[in-house]
Amino acid sequence: MNFIRFINGSIKLILQGSKAYYAWLFFLVALALWGGFGYIDQLQDGLITTNMRDSVSWAFYIGNFTFLVGIAAAAIMLVIPAYIYDWKPIKEIVIFGELLAVCAVIMCIAFIVVDIGNPMRFWHMLPLVGTMNFPYSMLSWDFFFLLAYLIINLTVVTHLLYSIFHKKEYNKKVVQVIVLISIPMAVGIHTVTAFLYNALPARPFWNSALLAPRFLASAFCSGPAILLILFQILRKITKFEIKDKAIWTIAELMVYAMFIYLFFTIAELFKEFYSGTEHILYWKYLLFGIGDSKEIVPYSWSSIIMGFIAFVLFLIPKTRKNFVTLNIGAVLIYASVYVEKGIALIIPGFTPDVLGQIYVYTPSITEIRTAAMIFSLGFLLFTFLVKIAIAIVFENYNISDIIKKEKSVKSEMSTI
Amino acid sequence: MKKDKSRRSLLKNISLASFAALAATGCNMKELEEFFQRNFRTLSDKEKDDIINNLEQKYKEKYDKEFQVSAQAAMDQVEFAYALDLSRCVGCRKCVYACVGENNQSRSPQIHWIQVLQMEKEKGIDFAHSDVHYNPEKVPEKGHFYLPVACQQCQNPQCTTVCPVKATWQEPDGIVVVDYNWCIGCRYCMAACPYGARHFNWGEPEIPAEELNTDMHYLGNRPRMKGVVEKCTFCIQRVRKGKYPSCVEVCPVGARKFGNLLDPESEIRYILENKRVLVLKEELNTQPRFYYFFGV
Repeated sequence: MNFIRFINGSIKLILQGSKAYYAWLFFLVALALWGGFGYIDQLQDGLITTNMRDSVSWAFYIGNFTFLVGIAAAAIMLVIPAYIYDWKPIKEIVIFGELLAVCAVIMCIAFIVVDIGNPMRFWHMLPLVGTMNFPYSMLSWDFFFLLAYLIINLTVVTHLLYSIFHKKEYNKKVVQVIVLISIPMAVGIHTVTAFLYNALPARPFWNSALLAPRFLASAFCSGPAILLILFQILRKITKFEIKDKAIWTIAELMVYAMFIYLFFTIAELFKEFYSGTEHILYWKYLLFGIGDSKEIVPYSWSSIIMGFIAFVLFLIPKTRKNFVTLNIGAVLIYASVYVEKGIALIIPGFTPDVLGQIYVYTPSITEIRTAAMIFSLGFLLFTFLVKIAIAIVFENYNISDIIKKEKSVKSEMSTI
Repeated sequence: MKKDKSRRSLLKNISLASFAALAATGCNMKELEEFFQRNFRTLSDKEKDDIINNLEQKYKEKYDKEFQVSAQAAMDQVEFAYALDLSRCVGCRKCVYACVGENNQSRSPQIHWIQVLQMEKEKGIDFAHSDVHYNPEKVPEKGHFYLPVACQQCQNPQCTTVCPVKATWQEPDGIVVVDYNWCIGCRYCMAACPYGARHFNWGEPEIPAEELNTDMHYLGNRPRMKGVVEKCTFCIQRVRKGKYPSCVEVCPVGARKFGNLLDPESEIRYILENKRVLVLKEELNTQPRFYYFFGV
């Protein structure tokens, strides 16, 4: 009964809001519809509607998946500095971080589903009913890590919100332990995802020990960027109290991450270009193109330039502490890592292909629309969850009030 | 006990209900059966027979022709291997098209299990400077040699290790096969294969009914469906009956050799003994059963 009340109340909540809120919802729904009709084409005709072919057999979808694993991981890793620096609203940071992680993992799984040729056979991957290739296949590892991570985060965040909603004390010890487990898990999901590519000797571009460290560093650039902006919005529209100093500290940590990422990448580039073996081809294709095939070059350089501007903006204290330049930097680094993971990580792994042939890949309109569908639905879910969480945490949306209101309505009805 | 019983009956009711719901949505029973079909390697002989009978019937209805689908297992004391004489190959691609016909590869979108690479004599075996789309009036072209590549049937295959659902495996006679009804189409095997030997059905495969080869193996050349991976099987439907793969038969210059590694009298053993052989990308430790050599 209380659960039905909660659902009813929450539906009312997510349907109410300012004009800006409605505009945001309208934008997301329109985007999801536009994307969805593109995805229907793919469902009917198969993956031939994408630009993937035998030479480049993984591409934009799997890149998006990788990017979102990074977001999911970084959302939780942000809890570490919250503890260390003792930012006051730690519970709130945990709640919003975990909500982001939950949405990101769901989007990850959605990208896998649209990428595989037979989504209906997904159950073959499960233990007992299917024949899961555990522990040999990194993909089954990855699937399990993601699932476990989703369940853990969902448990914690639901427990926290449920307790506040019922005005009960949450189980502090259990929550603390689970959060402490989920931090190494966050590192784990991204490492396992890196190992997915890393463990393929057939693909020299990925077969570098620096791949997993680079993944983590780049995730710590893009993940906090979202939260940085979200915290500022929350601070404006709710009683959420996060000091400027905490936001600047997040930005400072992001600079370290960017620097580490830059260093790792330069180390990788040095090794490849100075030794100049045949493996240099993949980096050449990414940065300069090979022969007339230069289609991917604008992607890689736009990612590099955006990342570099963000790095400079975050590095200089004056621009880091100015909220306009800070937010520009956050958007730029997010976009930079998105292009890097979406295109620059996957495509050179397959170009030239294992037999030295070049197939030029850029995403097809179907791929872009399908990705737009997943992103807009994911953001829609995140928006709704955040809206409900805001009401519970800051606006005293709770069960006893709902019951009270119901009773008063009833008594009014009876007096009439 | 009582509690357990009631729970079991509850489960039964749920499964019945979901079954009914699925049936109500218009799925026919055959499709449903196919959907719930398990991994080929976990099936009993009886189940395999049933599946194959259904398959033959299904193909008959679809193509209006008689089909023989075999599930013949590997023979004892047989391990297949292949050898290709690089000094003979002229790059005519007869093997490519013989393979397409024999193994029912999709004509549109086009799938070729054999890729023939044209290489420059001066550079030796150099993939980066090779060309798969060569198209002169006449082959061989001056200054070039040809290197056909298909599945190398590795002794240490990386494609089977990475498969998340065990839909692809190595048979006792060394042939790496795919269960097309179990493959989820994740294409991890394609990323793992160092020889580009795996091919994906990006769209619904199309083969003219009159060109279909009706002599089929369940793990080989039966028609595939959209969204699954396929690959060379050394013509499993032929070699397990003692015939040569069709690429060996069609080669006009006799560059292709095939046989049983475990038979000391076989041609393949003769080549290993008397010619110096090489394998592709030996540094990856895939240990191919596909040898290249220079016969003259």
